[in-house]
Amino acid sequence: MNHNPLQWGRPSNDTYGQYNHNIANASVREADHQSLDSFPKMNTQQPIITGTSVIALKFKDGIIMAADNLGSYGSLLRFNNIERLIKVGSETIVGVSGDISDLQQIERILDELETTEEVYDNDGGHNLRAPHVHEYLSRVLYNRRSKMNPLWNAIIVGGFNDDKTPFLRYIDLLGVTYGSSTLATGFGSHLAIPLLRQLIPYDVDYVKVTEEEARKAVENSMRVLFYRDARAADKYSVVTIKKSEDDPSSYTFTHEKDLRVQNQSWKFAKDIRGYGSKQQ
Amino acid sequence: MFRNNYDNDSVTYSPTGRLFQVEYALEAIKQGSAAVGLVSKSHVVLVALKRNAEELGSYQKKIIKVDDHMGIALAGLAPDARVLSNYLRKQAMSSKMIFNRPLSTSKAVLSIADKAQENTQSYGSRPYGVGLLVAGYDETGAHLYEFQPSGSVLEYFGAAIGARSQAARTYLERNLDIIRESDSVESLIVHGLNALRDTLSQDVELTFKNTSVAVVGKEAEFTTYDDESVQQWLDKLDSVSNARNRGDDDAGDADADADATEAAEGDAEGAGTTESSGDAPATETAPEDRMETDE
Repeated sequence: MNHNPLQWGRPSNDTYGQYNHNIANASVREADHQSLDSFPKMNTQQPIITGTSVIALKFKDGIIMAADNLGSYGSLLRFNNIERLIKVGSETIVGVSGDISDLQQIERILDELETTEEVYDNDGGHNLRAPHVHEYLSRVLYNRRSKMNPLWNAIIVGGFNDDKTPFLRYIDLLGVTYGSSTLATGFGSHLAIPLLRQLIPYDVDYVKVTEEEARKAVENSMRVLFYRDARAADKYSVVTIKKSEDDPSSYTFTHEKDLRVQNQSWKFAKDIRGYGSKQQ
Repeated sequence: MFRNNYDNDSVTYSPTGRLFQVEYALEAIKQGSAAVGLVSKSHVVLVALKRNAEELGSYQKKIIKVDDHMGIALAGLAPDARVLSNYLRKQAMSSKMIFNRPLSTSKAVLSIADKAQENTQSYGSRPYGVGLLVAGYDETGAHLYEFQPSGSVLEYFGAAIGARSQAARTYLERNLDIIRESDSVESLIVHGLNALRDTLSQDVELTFKNTSVAVVGKEAEFTTYDDESVQQWLDKLDSVSNARNRGDDDAGDADADADATEAAEGDAEGAGTTESSGDAPATETAPEDRMETDE
């Protein structure tokens, strides 16, 4: 397949000979097909400022999610204060990776949703919970991709089901969704998922995992991501939502910010030529 | 030709602050046959009396399912109710599709109330000519709402709309405490049918042809019982409270509605139960006396 979008939808020259661009007054000529000025309309082709992986997992009484605070402009580490974990309602967290401007758009959409829910819930008691937020976001993202104008993100929604079991589910810019006891977006799905699955090999096993074990796995994953993902930073946020100890019908929501990757070891670097500033 | 100058459209107030078109719409409800709704802690029951235009014709549908957890009973212009129920079905489907959750009863009823209210202040439109009882079971429990064409919506433990519905309301008021504490669907339906029976005119009886029953509640999808399937509930009605029938047969008179109501209510309660609704002593003792003589 030819991956250049400007070539899409045309009969292949190899099969049909040179395409006649006068047909249907096609405006892009073969000669200057790279000229965006002559292209009739174009939507987002790539993200600009990006956030890297979000990782999350379930444990016995809740969920834990982490994302670093970096906004990259290409390979430039442009912003180091981007909060990518968005709280929705009282017991739901939405972690967003991908384009930061689209993240901010999603933040506005969710804020509006929360407001309408609160205002029109006349008798109270109809809470917006994680499965509802997830379904809604999946509709928004799928709708945008169907307009060929996607919100360039991969998102993890964490919270609780109606029956108070932990909920964790993924959505991406194509509208694809799936759920698991261990989830990660982007590079994290290569680097962090294997580490998280050491703790939770099968989906149902999350009930055997304590908050402390989950926390340790998250910290370890964030460290490995910082080592190996060049778009990751060592400053990150963690959200933990769990059933309250004194009242199991309510939840405690903790949002820790400005955490640092601990116990870094760079000993391996001293023998590697070209690693760091020192020229050997 | 016109009753007054202020009822030509629904947007003009009369000097006394009334909207006649809206009031006429409320009258249209009273032309329709009765529908009764009642709520226990876990279930809602709708019962309705169906009418047929002529002997050889079919009966007008009175209960419409909206979703697995919600349905309506109507009194008044049936086509208007169809429009409103179609709208409710759309709302219920979008809630499932967009949020993956069932539409809450309060949201549903407020959404049609907003539609109805809009008709009371737009020139060239008429208010809906139908009243609805909206029954639903959602995460906050069992709910029954009454919807009116004025756009007003109120939640009830027991409600009745349509022709002669005051008699049913009276029955529900007197039996409220028992109804609220009912833990079986059966007793809730029997109370509903008792209330509905009080709205009947003298020469009409509840039959499987003219009676509709619907139930929704905890772990129970909205289910309607019509025709043959409603007979099971009518049978229960006779076995539990046949005293009224016997009373009628014995007396063979045209008792006032109130008397019949009291008899039926005395039956359902079981003899000797006193009401909590601070009635005058005379009316309180009457049903009990009657019960004893009947037995």
